[in-house]
Amino acid sequence: MRKTLYVLLGVGTPVVLLAAWFVASAGSTNTFFPPLSYILERFQELWLFAHFSSDILVSLLNLVIGFALAAVIGVGLGFVLAMLPKVGGYVDPVIHFFRSIPPVALVPIFVSLIGFGIEMRIASITLAAVFPTLIATVDGLRGVDSTLKDVSAVYRLSTGEKIIRVFLPAAGPHIASGLQVSLQTAFVVMIASEMLGPSQGIGAMTLLAQQSFMIADMWSGIILLGVIGFIANMLFELGRRRLLAWYIGSRRLARAQ
Amino acid sequence: MTNEAVAGKAAPSRLDVRSLAKSYGAGAKAKVIIEDLTFTVETGEVVCIVGPSGVGKTTLLKCLAGLQPASSGTAAIDGRVIDGPPPEMALVFQDYNRSLMPWLTVRKNLMLPLRHLRLPAAETRERCNDALAAVGLEHAEHQYPWQLSGGMQQRVAIARALAYRPEILVMDEPFASVDAQTRFDLEDLCLKIRKDFNMTVLVVTHDIDEAVYLSDRVVVLGSKPARVLTTIDVDLPSPRDQITTRSLPEFAALRTDVLSLIKRPA
Repeated sequence: MRKTLYVLLGVGTPVVLLAAWFVASAGSTNTFFPPLSYILERFQELWLFAHFSSDILVSLLNLVIGFALAAVIGVGLGFVLAMLPKVGGYVDPVIHFFRSIPPVALVPIFVSLIGFGIEMRIASITLAAVFPTLIATVDGLRGVDSTLKDVSAVYRLSTGEKIIRVFLPAAGPHIASGLQVSLQTAFVVMIASEMLGPSQGIGAMTLLAQQSFMIADMWSGIILLGVIGFIANMLFELGRRRLLAWYIGSRRLARAQ
Repeated sequence: MTNEAVAGKAAPSRLDVRSLAKSYGAGAKAKVIIEDLTFTVETGEVVCIVGPSGVGKTTLLKCLAGLQPASSGTAAIDGRVIDGPPPEMALVFQDYNRSLMPWLTVRKNLMLPLRHLRLPAAETRERCNDALAAVGLEHAEHQYPWQLSGGMQQRVAIARALAYRPEILVMDEPFASVDAQTRFDLEDLCLKIRKDFNMTVLVVTHDIDEAVYLSDRVVVLGSKPARVLTTIDVDLPSPRDQITTRSLPEFAALRTDVLSLIKRPA
Protein backbone atom coordinates (compact mmCIF):
# COMPACT_ATOMS: atom_id res chain seq x y z
CA MET A 1 0.00 0.00 0.00
CA ARG A 2 2.66 2.40 1.15
CA LYS A 3 4.99 1.20 -1.58
CA THR A 4 2.35 1.81 -4.25
CA LEU A 5 2.01 5.33 -2.94
CA TYR A 6 5.73 5.96 -3.25
CA VAL A 7 5.83 4.56 -6.79
CA LEU A 8 2.90 6.79 -7.74
CA LEU A 9 4.70 9.78 -6.21
CA GLY A 10 7.92 8.92 -8.01
CA VAL A 11 6.32 8.53 -11.41
CA GLY A 12 3.55 11.06 -10.90
CA THR A 13 5.57 14.07 -9.75
CA PRO A 14 7.56 14.54 -12.99
CA VAL A 15 4.42 13.92 -15.05
CA VAL A 16 2.52 16.58 -13.09
CA LEU A 17 5.43 19.03 -13.36
CA LEU A 18 5.68 18.49 -17.12
CA ALA A 19 1.93 18.91 -17.49
CA ALA A 20 2.04 22.11 -15.44
CA TRP A 21 4.87 23.44 -17.61
CA PHE A 22 2.95 22.45 -20.74
CA VAL A 23 -0.25 24.18 -19.66
CA ALA A 24 1.38 27.27 -18.15
CA SER A 25 3.57 27.87 -21.21
CA ALA A 26 0.82 27.09 -23.74
CA GLY A 27 0.17 30.62 -24.99
CA SER A 28 3.55 32.06 -23.97
CA THR A 29 4.96 34.89 -26.06
CA ASN A 30 7.95 35.37 -23.73
CA THR A 31 11.06 34.93 -25.88
CA PHE A 32 12.98 33.08 -23.18
CA PHE A 33 10.15 30.74 -22.19
CA PRO A 34 8.58 29.46 -25.41
CA PRO A 35 5.63 27.03 -25.19
CA LEU A 36 6.68 23.51 -24.23
CA SER A 37 4.78 22.18 -27.21
CA TYR A 38 7.10 24.16 -29.49
CA ILE A 39 10.20 23.03 -27.55
CA LEU A 40 9.15 19.41 -27.96
CA GLU A 41 8.55 19.95 -31.65
CA ARG A 42 12.08 21.33 -32.01
CA PHE A 43 13.35 18.45 -29.84
CA GLN A 44 11.96 15.97 -32.31
CA GLU A 45 13.27 17.82 -35.36
CA LEU A 46 16.74 18.39 -33.92
CA TRP A 47 17.56 15.23 -32.05
CA LEU A 48 15.28 12.52 -33.49
CA PHE A 49 17.30 11.80 -35.50
CA ALA A 50 18.87 14.57 -37.57
CA HIS A 51 21.75 15.21 -35.17
CA PHE A 52 21.73 11.79 -33.58
CA SER A 53 24.93 10.40 -35.03
CA SER A 54 26.64 13.73 -35.67
CA ASP A 55 26.19 15.08 -32.15
CA ILE A 56 24.44 12.81 -29.64
CA LEU A 57 26.59 9.78 -30.43
CA VAL A 58 29.75 11.86 -30.38
CA SER A 59 28.90 13.23 -26.95
CA LEU A 60 27.94 9.84 -25.55
CA LEU A 61 31.07 8.21 -26.90
CA ASN A 62 33.25 10.86 -25.24
CA LEU A 63 31.38 10.37 -22.01
CA VAL A 64 31.66 6.58 -22.04
CA ILE A 65 35.34 6.47 -23.04
CA GLY A 66 36.32 9.25 -20.63
CA PHE A 67 34.43 7.67 -17.75
CA ALA A 68 35.73 4.16 -18.48
CA LEU A 69 39.33 5.41 -18.59
CA ALA A 70 38.80 7.34 -15.36
CA ALA A 71 37.33 4.26 -13.68
CA VAL A 72 40.19 1.98 -14.71
CA ILE A 73 42.92 4.50 -13.88
CA GLY A 74 41.23 5.57 -10.63
CA VAL A 75 40.79 2.04 -9.28
CA GLY A 76 44.20 0.87 -10.53
CA LEU A 77 46.12 3.84 -9.18
CA GLY A 78 44.07 3.67 -5.98
CA PHE A 79 45.25 0.10 -5.43
CA VAL A 80 48.88 1.07 -6.01
CA LEU A 81 48.69 4.00 -3.59
CA ALA A 82 46.82 2.03 -0.92
CA MET A 83 49.21 -0.92 -1.13
CA LEU A 84 52.24 1.33 -0.81
CA PRO A 85 51.30 3.30 2.30
CA LYS A 86 54.52 5.33 2.31
CA VAL A 87 54.11 6.50 -1.29
CA GLY A 88 50.41 7.11 -0.63
CA GLY A 89 51.20 9.38 2.30
CA TYR A 90 53.48 11.58 0.18
CA VAL A 91 51.13 11.69 -2.79
CA ASP A 92 47.99 12.47 -0.76
CA PRO A 93 48.43 16.29 -0.65
CA VAL A 94 49.06 16.42 -4.41
CA ILE A 95 45.93 14.42 -5.10
CA HIS A 96 43.85 16.64 -2.86
CA PHE A 97 45.28 19.75 -4.51
CA PHE A 98 44.30 18.57 -7.99
CA ARG A 99 40.99 17.29 -6.72
CA SER A 100 40.21 20.76 -5.35
CA ILE A 101 40.50 22.42 -8.78
CA PRO A 102 36.98 22.71 -10.22
CA PRO A 103 36.94 20.08 -12.99
CA VAL A 104 35.69 22.50 -15.61
CA ALA A 105 38.70 24.75 -15.01
CA LEU A 106 40.90 22.00 -16.44
CA VAL A 107 39.34 22.24 -19.88
CA PRO A 108 41.23 25.41 -20.98
CA ILE A 109 44.57 23.77 -20.12
CA PHE A 110 43.77 20.86 -22.36
CA VAL A 111 42.58 23.13 -25.14
CA SER A 112 45.98 24.86 -25.11
CA LEU A 113 47.83 21.58 -24.86
CA ILE A 114 45.98 19.33 -27.29
CA GLY A 115 43.63 21.63 -29.18
CA PHE A 116 39.92 21.29 -29.70
CA GLY A 117 39.72 17.71 -30.91
CA ILE A 118 38.12 14.64 -29.45
CA GLU A 119 41.38 13.82 -27.66
CA MET A 120 41.10 17.06 -25.69
CA ARG A 121 37.57 16.25 -24.61
CA ILE A 122 38.29 12.69 -23.57
CA ALA A 123 41.45 13.78 -21.76
CA SER A 124 39.58 16.50 -19.84
CA ILE A 125 36.75 14.13 -18.92
CA THR A 126 39.17 11.45 -17.79
CA LEU A 127 41.36 13.72 -15.71
CA ALA A 128 38.43 15.40 -13.99
CA ALA A 129 36.57 12.14 -13.36
CA VAL A 130 39.56 10.17 -12.11
CA PHE A 131 39.84 11.86 -8.71
CA PRO A 132 36.57 10.86 -7.02
CA THR A 133 37.19 7.20 -7.92
CA LEU A 134 40.88 7.37 -6.99
CA ILE A 135 40.21 8.89 -3.57
CA ALA A 136 37.29 6.56 -2.83
CA THR A 137 39.36 3.51 -3.82
CA VAL A 138 42.24 4.50 -1.54
CA ASP A 139 39.83 5.20 1.34
CA GLY A 140 37.97 1.94 0.76
CA LEU A 141 41.14 -0.13 0.70
CA ARG A 142 42.60 1.55 3.78
CA GLY A 143 39.36 0.72 5.57
CA VAL A 144 39.46 -3.01 4.82
CA ASP A 145 39.11 -4.86 8.12
CA SER A 146 42.40 -6.15 9.49
CA THR A 147 40.69 -9.46 10.35
CA LEU A 148 40.02 -10.06 6.65
CA LYS A 149 43.70 -9.44 5.93
CA ASP A 150 44.66 -11.94 8.65
CA VAL A 151 42.19 -14.50 7.25
CA SER A 152 43.69 -14.07 3.78
CA ALA A 153 47.19 -14.55 5.15
CA VAL A 154 46.37 -17.55 7.36
CA TYR A 155 44.68 -19.35 4.48
CA ARG A 156 47.63 -18.44 2.28
CA LEU A 157 45.70 -16.73 -0.50
CA SER A 158 47.90 -15.61 -3.39
CA THR A 159 48.47 -11.91 -3.99
CA GLY A 160 46.12 -12.05 -6.98
CA GLU A 161 43.40 -13.72 -4.91
CA LYS A 162 43.83 -11.16 -2.15
CA ILE A 163 43.42 -8.29 -4.62
CA ILE A 164 40.58 -9.69 -6.74
CA ARG A 165 38.66 -11.78 -4.22
CA VAL A 166 39.17 -9.93 -0.94
CA PHE A 167 40.30 -6.31 -1.28
CA LEU A 168 38.28 -5.39 -4.36
CA PRO A 169 34.92 -6.65 -3.04
CA ALA A 170 35.65 -5.37 0.49
CA ALA A 171 36.30 -1.88 -0.91
CA GLY A 172 33.47 -2.29 -3.44
CA PRO A 173 30.86 -0.11 -1.73
CA HIS A 174 33.37 2.76 -1.39
CA ILE A 175 34.55 2.37 -4.97
CA ALA A 176 30.97 2.41 -6.25
CA SER A 177 30.25 5.69 -4.46
CA GLY A 178 33.39 7.17 -6.00
CA LEU A 179 32.42 5.94 -9.46
CA GLN A 180 29.00 7.53 -9.13
CA VAL A 181 30.55 10.94 -8.39
CA SER A 182 33.01 10.36 -11.25
CA LEU A 183 30.12 9.72 -13.61
CA GLN A 184 28.49 13.02 -12.68
CA THR A 185 31.81 14.85 -13.04
CA ALA A 186 32.41 13.21 -16.43
CA PHE A 187 28.98 14.37 -17.57
CA VAL A 188 29.60 17.99 -16.54
CA VAL A 189 33.01 18.08 -18.19
CA MET A 190 31.65 16.41 -21.32
CA ILE A 191 29.27 19.34 -21.82
CA ALA A 192 31.81 21.97 -20.79
CA SER A 193 34.43 20.59 -23.17
CA GLU A 194 31.96 20.88 -26.05
CA MET A 195 31.28 24.53 -25.31
CA LEU A 196 34.78 25.56 -26.36
CA GLY A 197 35.98 25.79 -29.94
CA PRO A 198 34.20 24.96 -33.15
CA SER A 199 32.89 21.61 -32.08
CA GLN A 200 30.25 18.96 -32.30
CA GLY A 201 28.15 17.54 -29.52
CA ILE A 202 25.05 18.25 -27.51
CA GLY A 203 26.77 20.95 -25.45
CA ALA A 204 28.01 22.69 -28.59
CA MET A 205 24.56 22.54 -30.22
CA THR A 206 22.92 23.93 -27.10
CA LEU A 207 25.37 26.80 -26.82
CA LEU A 208 25.09 27.54 -30.52
CA ALA A 209 21.29 27.69 -30.23
CA GLN A 210 21.56 30.15 -27.36
CA GLN A 211 24.06 32.33 -29.24
CA SER A 212 21.90 32.39 -32.36
CA PHE A 213 18.83 33.22 -30.26
CA MET A 214 17.04 29.95 -31.03
CA ILE A 215 15.71 29.66 -27.51
CA ALA A 216 13.44 26.66 -28.14
CA ASP A 217 16.43 24.75 -29.54
CA MET A 218 18.43 25.65 -26.48
CA TRP A 219 15.67 24.35 -24.22
CA SER A 220 15.45 21.14 -26.22
CA GLY A 221 19.22 20.64 -25.70
CA ILE A 222 18.82 21.16 -21.96
CA ILE A 223 15.98 18.64 -21.86
CA LEU A 224 18.08 16.12 -23.78
CA LEU A 225 21.00 16.56 -21.37
CA GLY A 226 18.64 16.05 -18.44
CA VAL A 227 17.28 12.85 -19.97
CA ILE A 228 20.75 11.50 -20.73
CA GLY A 229 22.01 12.32 -17.23
CA PHE A 230 18.99 10.64 -15.71
CA ILE A 231 19.38 7.49 -17.81
CA ALA A 232 23.13 7.30 -17.15
CA ASN A 233 22.55 7.49 -13.42
CA MET A 234 19.79 4.91 -13.60
CA LEU A 235 21.97 2.45 -15.54
CA PHE A 236 24.74 2.99 -13.01
CA GLU A 237 22.36 2.34 -10.11
CA LEU A 238 21.11 -0.87 -11.76
CA GLY A 239 24.68 -2.12 -12.10
CA ARG A 240 25.51 -1.14 -8.54
CA ARG A 241 22.50 -2.99 -7.16
CA ARG A 242 23.50 -6.12 -9.02
CA LEU A 243 27.14 -6.08 -8.02
CA LEU A 244 26.62 -4.92 -4.45
CA ALA A 245 23.47 -6.90 -3.70
CA TRP A 246 25.27 -8.46 -0.71
CA TYR A 247 26.10 -5.03 0.70
CA ILE A 248 22.66 -3.54 0.17
CA GLY A 249 21.03 -6.66 1.64
CA SER A 250 23.27 -6.74 4.72
CA ARG A 251 22.75 -3.04 5.38
CA ARG A 252 18.99 -3.40 5.09
CA LEU A 253 19.06 -6.33 7.52
CA ALA A 254 21.28 -4.43 9.96
CA ARG A 255 18.88 -1.49 9.92
CA ALA A 256 15.88 -3.75 10.48
CA GLN A 257 17.43 -5.29 13.59
CA MET B 1 32.70 -37.04 7.30
CA THR B 2 33.57 -40.51 8.45
CA ASN B 3 36.49 -41.82 10.42
CA GLU B 4 37.48 -43.97 7.45
CA ALA B 5 37.92 -40.84 5.36
CA VAL B 6 40.84 -39.74 7.50
CA ALA B 7 42.02 -43.19 8.57
CA GLY B 8 44.77 -43.10 5.96
CA LYS B 9 46.18 -39.90 7.44
CA ALA B 10 49.18 -40.12 9.73
CA ALA B 11 49.05 -38.64 13.20
CA PRO B 12 48.28 -34.90 13.16
CA SER B 13 51.01 -32.35 13.77
CA ARG B 14 52.68 -31.42 17.01
CA LEU B 15 53.22 -27.81 18.03
CA ASP B 16 56.35 -26.87 19.96
CA VAL B 17 56.78 -23.44 21.47
CA ARG B 18 60.29 -22.80 22.82
CA SER B 19 61.22 -19.68 24.81
CA LEU B 20 58.98 -17.56 22.60
CA ALA B 21 59.13 -13.85 23.34
CA LYS B 22 57.59 -10.84 21.67
CA SER B 23 58.16 -7.19 22.33
CA TYR B 24 57.44 -4.03 20.42
CA GLY B 25 60.00 -1.27 20.11
CA ALA B 26 63.59 -1.53 21.24
CA GLY B 27 65.91 -0.43 24.03
CA ALA B 28 64.53 1.17 27.18
CA LYS B 29 61.18 1.93 25.58
CA ALA B 30 60.56 -1.66 24.46
CA LYS B 31 57.19 -2.99 25.50
CA VAL B 32 57.42 -6.68 26.37
CA ILE B 33 54.18 -8.47 25.58
CA ILE B 34 55.33 -12.06 25.87
CA GLU B 35 58.27 -13.17 27.97
CA ASP B 36 59.70 -16.62 27.48
CA LEU B 37 56.75 -18.91 26.72
CA THR B 38 57.41 -22.61 26.50
CA PHE B 39 54.76 -25.27 25.99
CA THR B 40 53.94 -28.17 23.70
CA VAL B 41 50.75 -29.35 22.10
CA GLU B 42 51.17 -33.07 21.49
CA THR B 43 49.76 -34.68 18.40
CA GLY B 44 45.99 -35.09 18.61
CA GLU B 45 45.68 -33.15 21.86
CA VAL B 46 43.27 -30.38 22.72
CA VAL B 47 45.13 -27.72 24.67
CA CYS B 48 43.57 -24.54 26.01
CA ILE B 49 45.53 -21.45 26.85
CA VAL B 50 43.81 -19.43 29.58
CA GLY B 51 44.82 -16.15 31.00
CA PRO B 52 43.33 -12.87 32.12
CA SER B 53 42.20 -10.54 29.37
CA GLY B 54 44.89 -8.29 27.97
CA VAL B 55 47.57 -10.89 28.70
CA GLY B 56 48.75 -10.99 25.09
CA LYS B 57 46.92 -14.09 23.94
CA THR B 58 46.12 -12.59 20.56
CA THR B 59 49.75 -11.57 20.06
CA LEU B 60 50.77 -15.14 20.88
CA LEU B 61 48.35 -16.51 18.29
CA LYS B 62 49.63 -14.09 15.66
CA CYS B 63 53.13 -15.39 16.28
CA LEU B 64 51.96 -19.01 16.10
CA ALA B 65 50.02 -18.36 12.89
CA GLY B 66 53.06 -16.75 11.31
CA LEU B 67 51.35 -13.37 11.02
CA GLN B 68 53.98 -11.70 13.18
CA PRO B 69 57.59 -12.71 13.76
CA ALA B 70 58.62 -13.58 17.31
CA SER B 71 61.26 -11.34 18.87
CA SER B 72 63.14 -14.39 20.11
CA GLY B 73 62.56 -18.09 20.62
CA THR B 74 60.68 -20.30 18.20
CA ALA B 75 57.38 -21.96 17.47
CA ALA B 76 57.66 -25.09 15.37
CA ILE B 77 55.28 -27.57 13.79
CA ASP B 78 56.70 -31.09 13.64
CA GLY B 79 60.15 -29.57 14.06
CA ARG B 80 59.80 -26.98 11.28
CA VAL B 81 60.10 -23.43 12.58
CA ILE B 82 57.10 -21.23 11.73
CA ASP B 83 58.22 -18.19 9.71
CA GLY B 84 54.98 -17.51 7.81
CA PRO B 85 51.43 -18.89 7.83
CA PRO B 86 51.96 -22.69 7.98
CA PRO B 87 50.02 -24.71 5.38
CA GLU B 88 48.89 -27.29 7.96
CA MET B 89 47.25 -24.71 10.22
CA ALA B 90 43.77 -23.20 10.14
CA LEU B 91 42.64 -20.39 12.40
CA VAL B 92 39.15 -19.57 13.69
CA PHE B 93 38.87 -15.95 14.76
CA GLN B 94 36.82 -14.50 17.57
CA ASP B 95 34.89 -12.03 15.45
CA TYR B 96 32.90 -14.23 13.12
CA ASN B 97 31.16 -11.22 11.61
CA ARG B 98 34.53 -9.77 10.62
CA SER B 99 36.31 -12.95 9.56
CA LEU B 100 33.77 -14.21 6.99
CA MET B 101 33.47 -12.62 3.56
CA PRO B 102 30.05 -10.94 3.51
CA TRP B 103 29.97 -10.92 -0.31
CA LEU B 104 30.28 -14.70 -0.56
CA THR B 105 27.66 -17.29 0.24
CA VAL B 106 28.43 -19.85 2.93
CA ARG B 107 29.65 -22.44 0.43
CA LYS B 108 31.79 -19.92 -1.45
CA ASN B 109 33.32 -18.80 1.85
CA LEU B 110 34.39 -22.40 2.37
CA MET B 111 35.75 -22.65 -1.16
CA LEU B 112 37.86 -19.47 -1.13
CA PRO B 113 40.87 -20.92 0.78
CA LEU B 114 40.75 -24.09 -1.33
CA ARG B 115 41.25 -22.36 -4.68
CA HIS B 116 44.99 -22.15 -4.51
CA LEU B 117 45.26 -25.82 -3.50
CA ARG B 118 44.07 -26.63 -7.05
CA LEU B 119 42.09 -29.66 -5.99
CA PRO B 120 39.89 -31.55 -8.44
CA ALA B 121 36.40 -30.01 -8.46
CA ALA B 122 34.89 -33.17 -6.99
CA GLU B 123 37.22 -33.08 -4.00
CA THR B 124 36.52 -29.41 -3.33
CA ARG B 125 32.81 -30.22 -3.40
CA GLU B 126 33.25 -33.19 -1.09
CA ARG B 127 35.37 -31.28 1.39
CA CYS B 128 32.76 -28.51 1.55
CA ASN B 129 29.92 -31.02 1.93
CA ASP B 130 31.75 -32.83 4.73
CA ALA B 131 32.58 -29.62 6.54
CA LEU B 132 29.03 -28.28 6.25
CA ALA B 133 27.62 -31.59 7.46
CA ALA B 134 30.04 -31.65 10.41
CA VAL B 135 28.75 -28.29 11.66
CA GLY B 136 25.13 -29.02 10.66
CA LEU B 137 24.76 -26.24 8.11
CA GLU B 138 24.01 -28.13 4.87
CA HIS B 139 20.75 -26.22 4.56
CA ALA B 140 22.43 -22.80 4.75
CA GLU B 141 25.05 -23.24 2.03
CA HIS B 142 23.50 -20.72 -0.36
CA GLN B 143 22.83 -18.08 2.27
CA TYR B 144 25.09 -15.18 3.08
CA PRO B 145 26.82 -15.10 6.49
CA TRP B 146 25.00 -11.94 7.52
CA GLN B 147 21.67 -13.73 7.09
CA LEU B 148 22.66 -16.20 9.83
CA SER B 149 22.70 -15.96 13.63
CA GLY B 150 25.98 -15.40 15.46
CA GLY B 151 26.33 -19.04 16.45
CA MET B 152 25.68 -20.18 12.89
CA GLN B 153 28.23 -17.71 11.55
CA GLN B 154 30.85 -19.13 13.89
CA ARG B 155 29.91 -22.60 12.63
CA VAL B 156 30.58 -21.35 9.09
CA ALA B 157 34.00 -20.11 10.21
CA ILE B 158 34.69 -23.53 11.76
CA ALA B 159 33.47 -25.27 8.59
CA ARG B 160 35.81 -23.11 6.52
CA ALA B 161 38.69 -24.28 8.69
CA LEU B 162 37.56 -27.93 8.40
CA ALA B 163 37.28 -27.81 4.61
CA TYR B 164 40.90 -26.66 4.58
CA ARG B 165 41.74 -29.99 6.32
CA PRO B 166 44.28 -28.60 8.77
CA GLU B 167 46.41 -30.75 11.01
CA ILE B 168 46.34 -28.06 13.65
CA LEU B 169 43.21 -26.06 14.34
CA VAL B 170 43.84 -22.89 16.31
CA MET B 171 40.91 -20.98 17.76
CA ASP B 172 41.05 -17.48 19.24
CA GLU B 173 38.30 -16.96 21.82
CA PRO B 174 35.99 -18.74 19.39
CA PHE B 175 32.88 -18.79 21.54
CA ALA B 176 33.25 -15.48 23.36
CA SER B 177 30.68 -13.63 21.28
CA VAL B 178 27.78 -16.08 21.37
CA ASP B 179 25.12 -16.75 23.99
CA ALA B 180 25.59 -19.39 26.70
CA GLN B 181 23.46 -22.15 25.16
CA THR B 182 25.13 -21.73 21.76
CA ARG B 183 28.49 -21.76 23.48
CA PHE B 184 27.78 -25.21 24.99
CA ASP B 185 26.73 -26.52 21.57
CA LEU B 186 29.85 -25.13 19.92
CA GLU B 187 32.10 -26.59 22.64
CA ASP B 188 30.66 -30.02 21.99
CA LEU B 189 30.99 -29.46 18.26
CA CYS B 190 34.65 -28.62 18.82
CA LEU B 191 35.28 -31.92 20.63
CA LYS B 192 33.39 -33.90 17.98
CA ILE B 193 35.22 -32.46 14.96
CA ARG B 194 38.57 -32.85 16.65
CA LYS B 195 37.90 -36.59 16.77
CA ASP B 196 36.21 -36.89 13.36
CA PHE B 197 38.79 -34.83 11.52
CA ASN B 198 41.82 -36.09 13.45
CA MET B 199 43.32 -32.74 14.37
CA THR B 200 45.49 -31.20 17.02
CA VAL B 201 43.52 -28.34 18.57
CA LEU B 202 44.74 -25.23 20.36
CA VAL B 203 42.13 -22.94 21.89
CA VAL B 204 42.77 -19.58 23.47
CA THR B 205 40.11 -18.55 25.95
CA HIS B 206 39.55 -16.47 29.04
CA ASP B 207 36.78 -18.82 30.21
CA ILE B 208 38.20 -21.21 32.80
CA ASP B 209 35.24 -23.63 32.76
CA GLU B 210 35.47 -23.84 29.00
CA ALA B 211 39.21 -24.50 29.15
CA VAL B 212 38.78 -27.34 31.65
CA TYR B 213 35.83 -28.82 29.76
CA LEU B 214 37.57 -28.88 26.36
CA SER B 215 41.15 -29.69 27.24
CA ASP B 216 43.50 -32.55 27.63
CA ARG B 217 45.82 -29.93 29.07
CA VAL B 218 45.41 -26.35 30.23
CA VAL B 219 48.26 -23.86 29.90
CA VAL B 220 47.73 -21.08 32.43
CA LEU B 221 49.26 -17.74 31.51
CA GLY B 222 50.17 -14.95 33.88
CA SER B 223 50.17 -11.38 32.64
CA LYS B 224 52.39 -8.36 32.12
CA PRO B 225 54.31 -9.76 30.38
CA ALA B 226 52.74 -13.07 29.44
CA ARG B 227 54.46 -16.16 30.80
CA VAL B 228 53.40 -19.73 31.60
CA LEU B 229 52.36 -20.00 35.24
CA THR B 230 51.74 -23.69 35.05
CA THR B 231 50.44 -26.50 32.88
CA ILE B 232 47.62 -28.62 34.24
CA ASP B 233 46.76 -32.06 32.90
CA VAL B 234 43.03 -32.62 32.65
CA ASP B 235 42.19 -36.30 32.93
CA LEU B 236 38.44 -36.06 32.95
CA PRO B 237 36.67 -39.05 31.36
CA SER B 238 35.85 -38.96 27.68
CA PRO B 239 33.46 -38.40 25.95
CA ARG B 240 32.66 -35.29 27.85
CA ASP B 241 29.16 -34.13 28.55
CA GLN B 242 27.99 -30.65 29.43
CA ILE B 243 25.95 -31.90 32.41
CA THR B 244 27.76 -34.91 33.84
CA THR B 245 31.33 -33.74 33.19
CA ARG B 246 30.70 -30.32 34.64
CA SER B 247 29.18 -31.80 37.81
CA LEU B 248 32.15 -34.07 38.55
CA PRO B 249 34.10 -33.18 41.70
CA GLU B 250 37.31 -33.44 39.65
CA PHE B 251 35.95 -30.74 37.33
CA ALA B 252 35.32 -28.44 40.26
CA ALA B 253 38.77 -29.15 41.69
CA LEU B 254 40.48 -28.39 38.37
CA ARG B 255 38.63 -25.15 37.81
CA THR B 256 39.49 -24.08 41.36
CA ASP B 257 43.16 -24.81 40.67
CA VAL B 258 43.16 -22.73 37.52
CA LEU B 259 41.11 -19.94 39.02
CA SER B 260 43.33 -19.58 42.07
CA LEU B 261 46.39 -19.38 39.81
CA ILE B 262 44.87 -16.65 37.70
CA LYS B 263 43.39 -14.74 40.63
CA ARG B 264 46.63 -14.75 42.60
CA PRO B 265 48.41 -11.42 42.24
CA ALA B 266 51.40 -11.91 39.99
